Amino acid sequence: MNLSLPADRLAALAGMRDASGVPAAVLAAGMIGFGAFSLEYGFSVWLALACTAGIWALPGQVVLLEMLLSGAPGYLTVFVVALTGARFLPMTMALMPVVRRPGGPHWTVYVVAQLIAMTGWAWAMQRCPAMPQAQRMPYFTGFAAACWLISIAATAVGYWLAGSFPDPMRIGFVFLTPVYFFVILVGDVRTALAAWALACGAVAGPLIHLVSPQWSVLLSGLVGGTLAYLIQRNYGR
Amino acid sequence: MDAELWIVVLASAVATYAWRGLGVLLSGRIQVDSEIFNWVACVAYAMVAGLITRIIVLPTGLLATSLLTDRVLAIALALVAFYATRKNLFVAVITGMAAIIAAGYVRQQLAII
Repeated sequence: MNLSLPADRLAALAGMRDASGVPAAVLAAGMIGFGAFSLEYGFSVWLALACTAGIWALPGQVVLLEMLLSGAPGYLTVFVVALTGARFLPMTMALMPVVRRPGGPHWTVYVVAQLIAMTGWAWAMQRCPAMPQAQRMPYFTGFAAACWLISIAATAVGYWLAGSFPDPMRIGFVFLTPVYFFVILVGDVRTALAAWALACGAVAGPLIHLVSPQWSVLLSGLVGGTLAYLIQRNYGR
Repeated sequence: MDAELWIVVLASAVATYAWRGLGVLLSGRIQVDSEIFNWVACVAYAMVAGLITRIIVLPTGLLATSLLTDRVLAIALALVAFYATRKNLFVAVITGMAAIIAAGYVRQQLAII
């Protein structure tokens, strides 16, 4: 992307500034939790940072840690992480027409695509339609890049915090991750379909874990998710 | 061991990126069946919900040294804080963390007495 134009640079800076408030605080809390989690599981700090920078999706990152810890084979772990990332396909397909600049696609869009995650996506889908078309991509890039960088820093902070505090505090940092997801998932459920999926998954998860820890994440997703889908399709309309 | 971890992390990163890259490639070109997306969304939701419930109910490692009642109570308080602050996720998360830390210290004190 050509950031030499002042208008582009201003839009990118506006995006970074907007990201540096509540969105950054929430992301940082989640990623501090992930950093603490990854120390708990014996990851090196570099592995933890590579997870945040590379996967850049907290559900996938937590799934990766938990599955490796429960002894799941590597290929299965990658497969399940990939499944949790499947939501990025429809999300990206919905986002692109909103932010893409006139004149068609450009290879830099494929670089920016790495920055797409829930926070920036939801923000851009809400804010960008009100902006001039040309400013949307630099704005989104600035916003998402700031989220990404803050999250990488927060992962390192969490990793450090988890190692240098007494046990009750460390439990608190590790606990950030489940609290974060529980509140997002339960507190902000939007559709009946999602509600059923959450309920079925929540029941299936611990039960299947008792039988097969290595396969529990994938199986509870497939069993709970398919059940929820069928319930909603047959009785929900 | 460490090399294998790196391979898993990098492969997971590539696999996750593939969805984003494919999304760019396909955007505006094809209409993907929304029923398949609905099902994939269900599976993804259920997977994460199952994992999070499991971490709360049957944790491993350090979290396993806390009590189930404390964890459930802290989660409930976080939810209450979330709704009380008109869905402020940051306040909710900090409330949940503070609650489990406080519970841990209270239990420590009680054990000493």
